Amino acid sequence: MATLHTRSAARLMIAPSVLLLLAWMIVPLALTIYFSFLRYNLLMPGMEEFAGFSNYSYFLTDPAFFQAIFNTLAIVLGVLFITVIGGIALALLLDQPMFGQGIVRILVIAPFLIMPTVAALVWKNMFMNPVNGLFAWVAKLFGLQPFDFLANAPLLSVILIVAWQWLPFATLILLTALQSLDEEQKEAAQMDGAGAWSRFIYLVLPHLSRAITVVILIQTIFLLSVFAEILVTTNGGPGTQSTNLTFLVYAQALLQFDVGGASAGGIIAVILANIVAFFLMRMIGKTLEA
Amino acid sequence: MARNVSTRRKVVVTVVAWTIGILIFFPILWTFLTSFKSEAEAIASPPSLLFFDWTTENYFEVQSRSNYFRHFMNSVVVSFGSTLIGLVIAIPSAWAMAFSPTKRTKDVLMWMLSTKMMPSVGVLVPMYLMFRNTGLLDTRTGLVIVLTLINLPIIIWMLYTYFKEIPGEILEAARMDGASLSKEIIYVLTPMAIPGIASTLLLNIILAWNEAFWTLNLSAAKAAPLTAFIASYSSPEGLFYAKLSAASTMAIAPILILGWFSQKQLVRGLTFGAVK
Amino acid sequence: MGSITLSKVSKVFGAHAVIPSIDLDINNGEFVVFVGPSGCGKSTLLRLIAGLEDVSDGDIVIDGKNATELPPAQRGLSMVFQSYALYPHMSVRSNIAFPLKMAGEDKAVIDKKVADAARVLNLTDYLDRKPRQLSGGQRQRVAIGRAIVRQPKAFLFDEPLSNLDAALRVNMRLEISQLHQDLKTTMIYVTHDQVEAMTMADKIVVLNRGRIEQVGSPLELYHKPDNLFVAGFIGSPRMNFVNGAAAAAHQAHTMGIRPEHLALSKDSGAWQGTVGVAEHLGSDTFLHVNVDGIGTVTARVSGDFAVTHGDRVFLTPDPQRVHRFDDKGLAIR
Ligand SMILES: Nc1ncnc2c1ncn2[C@@H]1O[C@H](COP(=O)(O)OP(=O)(O)OP(=O)(O)O)[C@@H](O)[C@H]1O
Ligand SMILES: [Mg+2]
Repeated sequence: MATLHTRSAARLMIAPSVLLLLAWMIVPLALTIYFSFLRYNLLMPGMEEFAGFSNYSYFLTDPAFFQAIFNTLAIVLGVLFITVIGGIALALLLDQPMFGQGIVRILVIAPFLIMPTVAALVWKNMFMNPVNGLFAWVAKLFGLQPFDFLANAPLLSVILIVAWQWLPFATLILLTALQSLDEEQKEAAQMDGAGAWSRFIYLVLPHLSRAITVVILIQTIFLLSVFAEILVTTNGGPGTQSTNLTFLVYAQALLQFDVGGASAGGIIAVILANIVAFFLMRMIGKTLEA
Repeated sequence: MARNVSTRRKVVVTVVAWTIGILIFFPILWTFLTSFKSEAEAIASPPSLLFFDWTTENYFEVQSRSNYFRHFMNSVVVSFGSTLIGLVIAIPSAWAMAFSPTKRTKDVLMWMLSTKMMPSVGVLVPMYLMFRNTGLLDTRTGLVIVLTLINLPIIIWMLYTYFKEIPGEILEAARMDGASLSKEIIYVLTPMAIPGIASTLLLNIILAWNEAFWTLNLSAAKAAPLTAFIASYSSPEGLFYAKLSAASTMAIAPILILGWFSQKQLVRGLTFGAVK
Repeated sequence: MGSITLSKVSKVFGAHAVIPSIDLDINNGEFVVFVGPSGCGKSTLLRLIAGLEDVSDGDIVIDGKNATELPPAQRGLSMVFQSYALYPHMSVRSNIAFPLKMAGEDKAVIDKKVADAARVLNLTDYLDRKPRQLSGGQRQRVAIGRAIVRQPKAFLFDEPLSNLDAALRVNMRLEISQLHQDLKTTMIYVTHDQVEAMTMADKIVVLNRGRIEQVGSPLELYHKPDNLFVAGFIGSPRMNFVNGAAAAAHQAHTMGIRPEHLALSKDSGAWQGTVGVAEHLGSDTFLHVNVDGIGTVTARVSGDFAVTHGDRVFLTPDPQRVHRFDDKGLAIR
């Protein structure tokens, strides 16, 4: 048939991507599963043996593990909370007529373009450092005791840094969505006697729901595996106070060389991510289909 | 009167927005300024914003002490390399899915996106071991491979959404006009797709440039891109603010400028066209 | 040169038979128009002929050669799309030259043919512009130019005028008819506008739900519709249909009478009714009359006919012009 060869050509063209991604998904994951059932430490090569579920039970009974799960969720939810609320507020602000809107946009988007290691180091040293940081100087200006952010509130500090990086993204997407709101709709609502607040609740917010969903989806993907920010600021500490699941597995694998344990942790991370993804996809499905 | 009120309102909005904008931007500005200070001035209290002895010595220091340029080249090679290879693989796929979709196309796309959902840490161990055993650890090639794979789904999605916007009738017209598949791609599709391809390229270079899980874990010294190079500043505290700032400024400047020029595409790209 | 024969052509999308089975002969040089309501399968049929869709069953023969399996490019047909489908990144010149370039023609030949086409279509001054710098009518002409340079066996048009405003539409209609007279190439033209169909076609194919209801010249369809569907579809304003006693008087289940075949009088006639709405066009008057015992009937008189809402009038069907249909909706001859 005339267009049939187009169709088999199409399959041929999709094949490389599908095969690559399939391999990328299956091969390492299968290996991780395999390793997770071994007693396998890089410092003791040749001593690998089948370990059953002991790696899992080790991980699941480790108090650090629960702390890590809590921290992972705290980072995701904390950052989402700050960026979505802050993003809506900023988007509403930037949508108003003003002078130099383009420049403000440029200023606001900048943190998103900064590599995580730089962002984390700048915040850690030049702002949050209790001796030489700018915050310490401001505190002293007001006669207050400088606060050692990374020692006393490590998780919050990480959340703040990451939120700073992601606020631009949320703002920009919400702003774009806001600007696509039909001007006539707003005018119609005004004619119908809706005040600013009810216009926001009944018109703007529903219009933004799709964009908010997208923000949550994309950010969650990235926030579940925050790593560099923790590595260069707190190194997971003090203790395990700012260790998330990603960092915990990293530490197990590349600091303690416990391949088996780290693999078990990795699998748990995958399962957790799948649970989150399941709920996300349902939510997305509802909003995006509509 | 109404005119007056709205002008006043505009001024208030301007002041508030600029203040917030500058606050958000401040850490970057501060880094930039600090990079031109001496180490003593960098930690001086009270800090000075503009009135200090401007010097560029930090930049030379960073280069001479740690061979900054090599890490910069690593970043360039890794981000451009992975993006270009990704495009070569993704363009035919996205083209096929956009222009001869089947019932399963949406599912395939969803599945591709879902591979992004898999946390990298789930496969860190085997990737590390495989790279160690094949000598790919701490090589540019190894990083290019991994970054190509992790960004492939995003590249495909972005291209797909851009291609979808090219009216199918135009490709049919080309077919009626006697263009073969290859000519259709060369003369009609590619020129129309170039804006979309360009912004995909841009966004993925930015993402790859800033990627900081695999680059940190799979590179050490030789192939370390800027992300990993900067991370090495995390241990010595206090006295190296100016040099840290100079290194940071050099690491972020190219991407910052690239990103500023492509804000619009950035948003569209990252939302896969779901928000316009 | 450009004869096209469809035998038992069918098209199924999933479980939905868009075109159950069609037989159709198109002679060389004919101007054939496919008309029918929206969604009846006109575009699908055209695209099957073009080769842009695969047939589910049946054969398409072009010029005596079975083309069912041929890709679009090898069928020797040109198509003008509803959205024009111009290449936005190419100049008008390159757009028109594209099919020739694909066919591997010489540069000199291409230049000459493009210049000729541009002259015929009044595009000479616009050759170096991009499509977005053209008006709707000019874009339309570029699309036609791209179709004619190749000297195809037949032209396919899919609602080419529907994006144009009314005045331009009339103009382009004439230009396309003129083009057909000059080129004498087979043309297949899809529209849902029966005025376009009546004015341009040598042969009209009326489609309904993927089936051919009737094939014939415009006047054949007007004077001798085969069934209720064609009778109702061709002609404007629509033919009046009357059931019951009035139809039985003509030995029919349904009688049809066109508005222009009703004689109007203020004094006497077969049917009596009250004027609902009177539309005065100047040249014509359309009256929507509520006829006692029959219902609303539309009548058309040329010139001005001074009545208004609520007036009583008499209507008399011209007995020579009454169409009779049986209970299956088929014409009784
Ligand atoms: N690719 C497709 N997949 C499934 N169904 C289709 C497809 N293309 C068309 N159809 C269906 O086939 C029927 C005929 O469509 P077609 O486009 O031929 O109508 P048309 O007569 O051209 O209508 P219009 O005047 O509105 O353009 C419609 O019911 C349509 O929904
Ligand atoms: Mg159609």
